[in-house]
Amino acid sequence: MHIDPYEKFWLWGAALIIVVFLVSIGATTFGAAIQPPSHVETIDPTSVMSDPRFSETGVTINADGSATVRVVALMFGFIPGEIRVPRGVPVTFRITSPDVIHGFQIVQTNGNSMVVPGYVTQFTTRFDRAGEYLIVCNEYCGLGHHGMFAKMFVEDGLGAATGGAE
Amino acid sequence: MIRARGLSLANMWVAIIAFTIASAMALMQALSRADLDLPFRTAKMYYLSVTAHGVLMALVFTTFFIMCLGYVVAERTLERPISNPRFAWISFWIAVVGTALASWAILWGKATVLYTFYPPLKAHPLFYIGATLLIVGSWGWCWVMIRTYLAWKKEAGGARIPLPMLGMLSAVIVWLIATVGVAAEALLQLIPWSLGISETIDPVLARMLFWYFGHPLVYFWLIPAYVIWYTVTPKVAGGKLFSDPLARVVFILFILLSTPVGFHHQFMDPGVQAGWKLFHAFNTSLILYPSLITAFTVVASFEIAGRMKGATGLFDWLEKLPWGNPIFSSVALSMLLFAVGGLGGAINMAYGMNAMVHNTAWIQGHFHLTVGTASALTFMGACYWLLPRLTGRDLELKLLAIIQPYLWFMGMLMFSFSNHLTGLQGMPRRIYDFSYGGSPIAAEWTQGTYMSALGGIFLYASAVCFVAVMFGSLLAGPKKELTPIDFAEPLEPPGDKARVLDKLWIWVLIAVVLVIAAYAIPLIQHLSMERFGAPGVRVY
Repeated sequence: MHIDPYEKFWLWGAALIIVVFLVSIGATTFGAAIQPPSHVETIDPTSVMSDPRFSETGVTINADGSATVRVVALMFGFIPGEIRVPRGVPVTFRITSPDVIHGFQIVQTNGNSMVVPGYVTQFTTRFDRAGEYLIVCNEYCGLGHHGMFAKMFVEDGLGAATGGAE
Repeated sequence: MIRARGLSLANMWVAIIAFTIASAMALMQALSRADLDLPFRTAKMYYLSVTAHGVLMALVFTTFFIMCLGYVVAERTLERPISNPRFAWISFWIAVVGTALASWAILWGKATVLYTFYPPLKAHPLFYIGATLLIVGSWGWCWVMIRTYLAWKKEAGGARIPLPMLGMLSAVIVWLIATVGVAAEALLQLIPWSLGISETIDPVLARMLFWYFGHPLVYFWLIPAYVIWYTVTPKVAGGKLFSDPLARVVFILFILLSTPVGFHHQFMDPGVQAGWKLFHAFNTSLILYPSLITAFTVVASFEIAGRMKGATGLFDWLEKLPWGNPIFSSVALSMLLFAVGGLGGAINMAYGMNAMVHNTAWIQGHFHLTVGTASALTFMGACYWLLPRLTGRDLELKLLAIIQPYLWFMGMLMFSFSNHLTGLQGMPRRIYDFSYGGSPIAAEWTQGTYMSALGGIFLYASAVCFVAVMFGSLLAGPKKELTPIDFAEPLEPPGDKARVLDKLWIWVLIAVVLVIAAYAIPLIQHLSMERFGAPGVRVY
């Protein structure tokens, strides 16, 4: 097949662009361990509140200084509605829904995940800036969807003693 | 002369009517971004109209227009009437009845579940049944297209498949592979559950099946637009197609790569393993390739047109192009915006970066450049091309037709730019109100949302122009002789080059193998794990 020289140049250039994309995705995935939230764990959505995994919601500061946050996302709010986490440490969120699909997005951070009834969402991230954050539901969940939000405060000096649940 | 012109026109008018209703819905959503206190603006109306806009634009307008174009291309390029026109009409009516049922459920407030209809949000059974009938009707179209092609092939004696037909056949193949997913979701999950036959539903399984369908769906929208770009616009511009074999490569790549990529819509989902998501991310970056080739080949074809009209300099061929002809300008402008949309798509599929944009306003900024411009604006331009050639009436209100693509372009620039921006600032998509209890973080979005609303007004003005030209031409367009439907000649005919590209069964086979490789194991793993269904909820 005859291929025009300009076209040949473009075809190779385009292939190169795609190789660059593939390599950069591979490098961030395996090099920097950046993975989207892909935890696989199921839960009965009709008994979320009595399930031991979610009977106590809120923030737990672990022995190594990291934090675990348990959240129930439901129409139309988050339990707890106010979250305080320490700055600069790994924070693991565990979230589920007893009703419909919700989103859990910590605005202007990479904390973003779907919350699906029947499944437990889990992801770990870190907040380096202290201050107030907005958490919103970003998946349509009914007429009150736009009213579904929570506040998060990233604070210094939140140790095991001052932490604890909501 | 197209024998099936009644059928083609019927499909086109359903598309135009769906567009008319859906664009009116969009105006209200756009004004919601300016937070205006309009009397009809309530949360219920907002989410209802988002659902109607999505379903009528993305599923009805596109599908019916593509069916119209398919029949025209088949008859004109194969130079024979379509096989079994009666069956084609029955399929058309099945699709129309399905559309009517689903539209009833939506407009009467019984299916405010958005066009992605994720369970366990539950709609009226007729919404799911109607949508299924629309797809069943489109399968009838696929069958007629394939039958017509096979009948031609038997008599063609080894002739090359005409390029426009090869493009439409690849759309047919992509559609047939894709709709397996949504049909399974509807028949095995949604319909029995909405009728009360099954109590609960697995939402992750539903999302897997939906996005198995949902991504190739975008290529089903895009491939017919590419058919116009490759085979109609160079002719309208007064030039020739730069390379026929490469256009064939593009369509074949779409057959291969459209489907095994669906998990890139589910990067943020629990219940789907990271490894499979990564595999789909890699596949997705490969599918950028045919679009990059297209950018070159189609622009090169435009350059040929400019040079054939006497341009000699580096860029003066651009001036020679028929910018005042809406058939040309709609394609040229939609290509410009699609270039931006394509790059945005590369960001979306970038596994790690997706977390920054997932379900934010960025997403609607993105897909209004792709389906909302590359496909929709091209289809509008194609209506200007087809209507006089099918009805024998010239366009009425030509001035409106001339400015319409430019209005769309400007409106989309504002709408899309501002939505990309507010998306990066963290504003979620499809929300009625974005004050979030007076949050100062949410207040940062306001400037962008006002620009988005202004863009929406331009877009609506453009939509009104289009609809006025269409109905005006139907009712009062001056009668003239039927202009023939002609497609662009390639610089050199394909001859015997790369004949293997015409052996469609090989490509279908490879495509199926790729789909199985991408989906079989994750589906089996998913089905064999202990899962808990969710009961349906209606909160609208």
